[in-house]
Amino acid sequence: MNLSRRELLTLFLGAPFAYAACGSGAPGPFPEGEIVGQTVNIGHIQRENRSFEVPADKWETKKVAIVGGGIAGLTAAWKFKKENFNDFVVLELEKEAGGTARSGQGDPVGFPWGAHYLPVPFKENTDLIPLLEEMSLLDGRDAEGEVVVKEQFLCREPEERLFYLGRWYEGLYLRVGASEEDLRQFDAFQKLIDGWVNWRDAKGRRAFAVPLEACSDDTEVTSLDKITFAEWLRQNGLNSERLIWYCDYATRDDYGLKLDQASAWVGLFYFCARVRKSGVDSQPFITVPEGNGQFVNHFRSIIGENIRTSQIVVSVVPTDKGVDVICLDGGEPRGVHCERAIFASPMFTAPYVIRGFREDPPFAAAEFQHNAWFVANLHLKDRPKPRFAKDFPLSWDNVIYESPGLGYVTATHQKGIDYGPTILTYYYPMCAEPNARTTLFNYDWKQLVDVCLTDLARAHSDIYELTTRIDIMRWGHAMISPRPNFIWSGIREKAVKPYRNIHFAHTDLSGVALFEEAFYHGLRAATEIRKEIRTL
Amino acid sequence: MKRAPLLFLNVFVIATCGLIYELLAGTLSSYVLGDSVTQFSIIIGIYLFAMGVGSWLSRFIDKHIAEKFVEIELAVAVVGGFSAPLLFLTFAHLSYFGIVLYAVVFVIGVLVGLEIPLLMRILQDELDFKDLISRVLAFDYIGALVASLLFPLFLVPKLGLNRTSLLFGMLNAGIGIWGTWLLFPLIKKNVTAMRIKGFVIIVLLAIAFIKADRLTTLAEDALFMDNIIYAKSSSYQRIVVTKGKTGYALFLNGNLQFNSFDEYRYHEALVHPAFAAYNGTPKRVLVLGGGDGLALREIEKYPSVEFIQIVDLDPDMTNISYAVPALGELNKHSFDDPRVHLTNGDAFVWLDSAKTEPFDIAIVDFPDPNNFALGKLYTTRFYNLLKNKLKPDSSVVIQTTSPLVARKSFWCIVKTLETVGFTVRPYQTTVPSFGIWGYALAKLEPFDAPTKPPPGLELRFLNDDSFASMFEFSNDTSRPDEDIEVNRLDNQALVRYYEAEWRKFEQ
Repeated sequence: MNLSRRELLTLFLGAPFAYAACGSGAPGPFPEGEIVGQTVNIGHIQRENRSFEVPADKWETKKVAIVGGGIAGLTAAWKFKKENFNDFVVLELEKEAGGTARSGQGDPVGFPWGAHYLPVPFKENTDLIPLLEEMSLLDGRDAEGEVVVKEQFLCREPEERLFYLGRWYEGLYLRVGASEEDLRQFDAFQKLIDGWVNWRDAKGRRAFAVPLEACSDDTEVTSLDKITFAEWLRQNGLNSERLIWYCDYATRDDYGLKLDQASAWVGLFYFCARVRKSGVDSQPFITVPEGNGQFVNHFRSIIGENIRTSQIVVSVVPTDKGVDVICLDGGEPRGVHCERAIFASPMFTAPYVIRGFREDPPFAAAEFQHNAWFVANLHLKDRPKPRFAKDFPLSWDNVIYESPGLGYVTATHQKGIDYGPTILTYYYPMCAEPNARTTLFNYDWKQLVDVCLTDLARAHSDIYELTTRIDIMRWGHAMISPRPNFIWSGIREKAVKPYRNIHFAHTDLSGVALFEEAFYHGLRAATEIRKEIRTL
Repeated sequence: MKRAPLLFLNVFVIATCGLIYELLAGTLSSYVLGDSVTQFSIIIGIYLFAMGVGSWLSRFIDKHIAEKFVEIELAVAVVGGFSAPLLFLTFAHLSYFGIVLYAVVFVIGVLVGLEIPLLMRILQDELDFKDLISRVLAFDYIGALVASLLFPLFLVPKLGLNRTSLLFGMLNAGIGIWGTWLLFPLIKKNVTAMRIKGFVIIVLLAIAFIKADRLTTLAEDALFMDNIIYAKSSSYQRIVVTKGKTGYALFLNGNLQFNSFDEYRYHEALVHPAFAAYNGTPKRVLVLGGGDGLALREIEKYPSVEFIQIVDLDPDMTNISYAVPALGELNKHSFDDPRVHLTNGDAFVWLDSAKTEPFDIAIVDFPDPNNFALGKLYTTRFYNLLKNKLKPDSSVVIQTTSPLVARKSFWCIVKTLETVGFTVRPYQTTVPSFGIWGYALAKLEPFDAPTKPPPGLELRFLNDDSFASMFEFSNDTSRPDEDIEVNRLDNQALVRYYEAEWRKFEQ
């Protein structure tokens, strides 16, 4: 072998640098993992509209059947249990109840599969507060009567950071390098928000409140639902790139919609509904490692065996006396005769499942459109290394500027576990992709992992080495899409009314996907039914 | 012209320079990485091997040997001359210091390895092989001896590592320039260009030599004025121990934790007031933080204490008494006391999850709250968790940073303790290495500040006359009138106060 001097030198001198390069940047071996949850086919059996014969001995009788074990269905069931009413069953499609508030168990802590926090409710939300009391999340009330949440359940500082041009900065609005015009527009935006926070209609109602039922229906505010949030910013002369990114992040994060897809009404709802009065911080967040899985787990502990999972409800048949619910239990048709049913599933499924709905629709179910997301849980053997000593440290919510994803939350953060292994939950709304749902389900695990790791590697060059496992949940119908002319189009008023003996309960009925709204509708449906059953 | 004698002088200087670079790299790496045996051994090995590579490579140089020799001299001048400043900077700013270190050593080794064979070939026409070998090698080894004597006796103490490196770089460049005259007949290329190159290099090295002080502060953050005797990046922090005229000092992430000449003031003031405030004979003591074992040393003075639970995050910290034997002597081998039970973990997580009997006394000695991970150890949540591990009559002491420099931070901690139901008796004392330093003595029942240290102890600092004065605050350290926030997990107010107050002192 005859190496030239130059070749030889390159060989020796290059070695350390090549080693350094391998150590820091290049993708390492792919982590393990799988796609979890939601099987597409199961859900789609419902659409086939086949009729199933239930043998006579496979029928049972219950007073109430709850179709769907997400937050709305579980809330209704919890309410029944609280009133010592036991003659009901919850039929859940998936292997586990909880819907998008589900969570997983990990080491050293649990982690969310979707919804991961609840803003502290105002004292006016008198229905929700008893749940928090029951879960021992509260330390009582303050002088104004507002609830005081125990410190360990309030999102710990540092709450949010933003990655921009190689560094992390505190907060979600990108202040670094902002021009005077950027800051002026940010202030102007805050003033407009303050204006809506303080706004009251003739009846003294807020423009934006939770639950949505308490919002004003004055046209001055509801007319905001006719335009997109992007249009609203334009009309107010706001075109700062940073401000637009900030607002776009907000609508993608809360609604899975881009700025020019979401209605201006929901955009403002995001910024206003949790602020008591102008100049005051937005309500703090209640969170734990498993996110809103803590509510699911609490509900499950109370409801117990009344929940049946892996039940594909194929028919909900209104009868003169009540409702017959037919489901597939391990492929075997079974039936429940009941007096009332709560339909606590996404609204768009109603025509496929409820007999007679399609022939004489009480409301246009197809208007309830959902968007697709995927959520990845990354199990890390250690924290990503900061590139700079003074970089803003790992926070609860970690966002990458101008990324199509929403960044990640750190599961160990709330527990004060600041060293060693952790779990990061990465969120990606498919709002930019045409045919998002098909695209999502055409991607396999490896392709989705690639999307996630490539995005995160921009901020954490060591993410490939640190990640030992990634599991991915594909949410085909993650949350309702509040596009313009939906929330205040009148459809909600129609859909919230019972259809024969079937009551509807789902966050869809509010037009926004929120724990509080699902809870509100679950509680409402349960109360309506209890009243009716008592008078039967 | 008789070149040979002058060329032997070249051999001598080259050999001296070569060994100096090797010694510099070895010293520097054992300063910053610790474990001098390993570091010297690896550096010498790589350097000798690289010289071998250089010697072997010399066979590929057939033409223009004299020019090549001059160019190699200039290359050694640059790489060798700037090696120490470069390595200090690398250490301060990059995580893969080791790779840069070994690469630099290798490059210098290869270049130095090329020098002697080339020089011998230049001389081969003027001398017998027998003479050539004996003289060249003799001068080479004499140069090595001179270097190895000069280095520890004169260069390191008088010039320091950076200036030594730059000085020998200039010598190498000088040899290169001199060579353009000495070997003039053999040089075919543009001699003037080579001379200009050489002078530019000398000037650059000279500027760096003059500015070396500035360079050192740049590289070492004005931090390690003394020799580093131990340095390690653990999973949690960077630990550095230095040894200077006043004694040993420990730094975590660049922040001074103690200096051996006055740490007794800090630790006596930390531990004994908590014992003085306890009514009865304390048996169970909890220490949170305090991985240097110095607070343990004070606690172990009490024969009544039967059980000491210490919780410190970093095993590399709690093992430092073994890694640096001088620190083991300083803490009187406090970790070897059978009463001590060590847990390595985050005190916040430990308090939340550990099942243990309550303690009579708790000593909370964390680094100052300069980041959020430390800030959580000073929150209402943390003190509530601590309460769960105490009895109604337990006494607690907490190190609370300087009430002079960080007045709001100090009183923020006091207020936070009061919020969760402690009666607090703050106090302060002077620790020359730190300045005016503060502590909070706290109990879950009302109590008066103690006036004397517990009797029968062997103490260097505290006595009956001055003890009570620690509980008095001057106008510039007393509780401010303005409203101070309580430090909670969801606001981390303390970290923000602390950052604002200490930032003034960072430039």
